[in-house]
Amino acid sequence: MRDLSQVWVYLSASPLLFLTLTLVAFQFGTFVYRKSGSKPWLNPVLLAVILLAALLIFTGTDYQTYFEGAQFVHFLLGPATVALAIPLYRQFQEVRRSALALTVSLVCGSLTAIVSAVGIGWLLGASKATLVSLAPKSVTAPVAMGITEQLGGLPSLTAVLVILTGITGAVFGPSLLSALGIRDWRARGLAMGTASHGIGTARALQVNEVAGAFAGLAMGLNALATAVLLPVLWRLVF
Amino acid sequence: MLASLTLILVCQLVGELTAGFFGLPVPGPVLGMVLLFLILGVRGRISEPLKATADGLLGHLSLLFIPAGVGVMAHLSLLEADWLPITVALLVSTLLTIAVTGFVMVRLDRMTGHTSTEADDA
Repeated sequence: MRDLSQVWVYLSASPLLFLTLTLVAFQFGTFVYRKSGSKPWLNPVLLAVILLAALLIFTGTDYQTYFEGAQFVHFLLGPATVALAIPLYRQFQEVRRSALALTVSLVCGSLTAIVSAVGIGWLLGASKATLVSLAPKSVTAPVAMGITEQLGGLPSLTAVLVILTGITGAVFGPSLLSALGIRDWRARGLAMGTASHGIGTARALQVNEVAGAFAGLAMGLNALATAVLLPVLWRLVF
Repeated sequence: MLASLTLILVCQLVGELTAGFFGLPVPGPVLGMVLLFLILGVRGRISEPLKATADGLLGHLSLLFIPAGVGVMAHLSLLEADWLPITVALLVSTLLTIAVTGFVMVRLDRMTGHTSTEADDA
């Protein structure tokens, strides 16, 4: 029988191992999340990222080696972003009636998200790399990572911050909206989708279908709004 | 299915080329999304295979950002140095965004006189 470390050396040289481990870690995360009764703070992606990062550090594997396997999953981000046009189109048909109010609130929300995140980070002395990676935090991960990359930030940091933003919104959003006396389902959905993208949308959908549709649309439109607004704002300021 | 996947990839490619050629700061796939949205608008409907392909890609969307997320292990020192601004900015900015978006939407709705769909037990 061969030494276990020899088998590891053999396996880690092929993309199969880390591709498989990525899928396994995600399935495990999803399992834990469902078992918990879909608690927003037990996010499957966050669990998988922590597990995989711990495994890589523990085995002394560098990120490049991991990415050789994981790149097959990573590649699909681009086509998935394009495919967001389909739910966007579907929801667009449903919410046409409130188009003007929706657009104005969305742009206000989008600007608030960017300016407050960068402003607070800057006041508290965050580095420039952190600020760029923080700026698109309210946008769905594939788009946020694309924006960060174009502005010279760290897409991987953005991916994690985006997930944490989603969790924050999903955990505290509904009670905050109630405390503010915002009871309209459309406004509640729009707020959740604008601030905390897909994770917020999933949370809104758990509560109410109208809120879910508005949240999904807000997620798509905010991705678009931020992709256009943020690079322009960034060039004006820095 | 294959035709839909091709359509999606062509949109992405055109998006990437447009962004690269004109030096636009918008990510290529986002332009691809806009292009596909416009195509759907012209067609006036979503075909069954396209819907199936999109559902397949988006059904496990969150899986797709795990590889990039794991990359954060390379930036642990940055996280350690900036944990305070990151935590405060994330928390305050997210809650502020929810409040502003919801508040503006409710106000505008009242001004334009739309009937609202209110929560019973919000």
